Amino acid sequence: MALSLRYAKPKRNFLKEASIMNSGDTAWVLTASALVLLMTIPGLAFFYGGLVRRKNVLSILMQCFIIVCVISLQWVLFGYSLAFGPDFHGIIGTLEWAGLAGVGAAPNSNYAATIPHSAFMIFQAMFAIITPALIIGAYAERVKFPAFLLFTVLWATFVYDPLAHWVWGAGGWLKSLGGLDFAGGIVVHVSSGISALVLALLLGKRIGYNHKPIRPHNLPFTVLGAALLWFGWFGFNAGSALAADGLAATAFVNTNTATAAAGLAWALIEWRHNGSPTILGAATGAVAGLVAITPACGFVNPMNAMLIGIIVAFVCYAAVAVMKGKLGYDDSLDAFGVHGVGGTVGTLLTGIFAQKAINPAGADGLLFGNLHTFGIQCLMLVVTVVFAAIMTFIIFKIVDAAIGMRVEEKNEIIGLDLTQQSEAAYTVIE
Amino acid sequence: MKLVIAIIQPHKLEAVKRELEAVEVNLMTVTNVLGQGRQKGVTEIYRGAREAGGLLNKVRLDIAVNEDFVEPTIDAVTRGAHTGSVGDGKIFVVELAQCIRISSGERGGLAIG
Repeated sequence: MALSLRYAKPKRNFLKEASIMNSGDTAWVLTASALVLLMTIPGLAFFYGGLVRRKNVLSILMQCFIIVCVISLQWVLFGYSLAFGPDFHGIIGTLEWAGLAGVGAAPNSNYAATIPHSAFMIFQAMFAIITPALIIGAYAERVKFPAFLLFTVLWATFVYDPLAHWVWGAGGWLKSLGGLDFAGGIVVHVSSGISALVLALLLGKRIGYNHKPIRPHNLPFTVLGAALLWFGWFGFNAGSALAADGLAATAFVNTNTATAAAGLAWALIEWRHNGSPTILGAATGAVAGLVAITPACGFVNPMNAMLIGIIVAFVCYAAVAVMKGKLGYDDSLDAFGVHGVGGTVGTLLTGIFAQKAINPAGADGLLFGNLHTFGIQCLMLVVTVVFAAIMTFIIFKIVDAAIGMRVEEKNEIIGLDLTQQSEAAYTVIE
Repeated sequence: MKLVIAIIQPHKLEAVKRELEAVEVNLMTVTNVLGQGRQKGVTEIYRGAREAGGLLNKVRLDIAVNEDFVEPTIDAVTRGAHTGSVGDGKIFVVELAQCIRISSGERGGLAIG
């Protein structure tokens, strides 16, 4: 079965030809959509906003906010049709559903048979929004606003929409291979994380960056953002069951368990390694746990969810606190270190810990004697990494030639708030 | 006229103010400042990276006094801020060329008190 198992829910179809609407399912998916919006604004906006210097906080909030505006419209105009519209040779959706033509109150049994098609569409819109927003962490504090806008629209259209079609769209070529990605570990986190790394390498370091994080200007913002991400992620993961049912509850429990384990593990690791448990560490660990459990949450048991949280804390800590410093690239807010690495860990561990006893529509992983699933997970990863990296490289070159991706040195030193938006976050004197 | 500049531990501000009021020195300007002395700042850790030499929070008092009040002021600040360990702070005393009260136009010693 396919990656898109979350959309293939035959259980109620036998009642009457795929058009039995369920008010509980509809209510939950609409609620979950709002929860996923909360992840981007204010969740991610404050998580990232607190980590930058005070002269750049508004640029982060603006980028997150405008992505919500821009991608919401892109999705309605043509994005949803490209990703989920009628298939064209497994590669892309056609433009038949552009402007949401034919996407209305009637369910689409290819995706979710018990809720309005428009509910499925808006739930997916929130995923399309947060994915390019995650990349902000890589180019924070040094990107031109118009370049950011153009990059975001091109990336959403030429990376996210095709990838979403391959993995989730009816007829997508990866969908038939039989990998497991419950809520977007590959499409959302690996794709954005890898693109973040490519951008950080192409864009170069921030002025003054010297292998060490630049001091966060407001850690309470960051913790507030992380907590809102945790809260909203229940919509992201449990909502991906696309029904108010047992599978949604399983995903909910696994999400909370893995996140708690990763937050605690990260704090303990740095306590041992650096002498103090920090709140930034606990919050970062929790986000890494959320990322890693995303592909797995509908397929594993709670004890293995806990294990996934602990493992991802170790791997992401190594990536962020050890590897990044040694390699010297400036992934400003660790978009790659947390989302790219965490998404990869989660995708691989799903291939190990998945079990049919938890989700009969899923598959057994390596731990339950099935090598095939693990192989497919690896293949999906390679395809996503190569595709996202190459496309990001091309889009960067186009935008850089057209507008110039990076701000002038003088403007970077003054700060993006004043030079890109002509406003300041904090007044010092009345 | 002298300007007494005292750099003290932030949590000692209330005690220093009490001591100053006891010797009838009531006028002062207080600011938050950052600094480091013999204790060499603090070490901070962000996502696993240690950063030594972060500056410490201190409070600075600017107190303008007439000659008679210089020693009582120094004594009062010392009584309030002293713990005996590094980090207690410092007191600087500098000559004050002029002092003008804006509301009345008074100058010199009259304007200070």
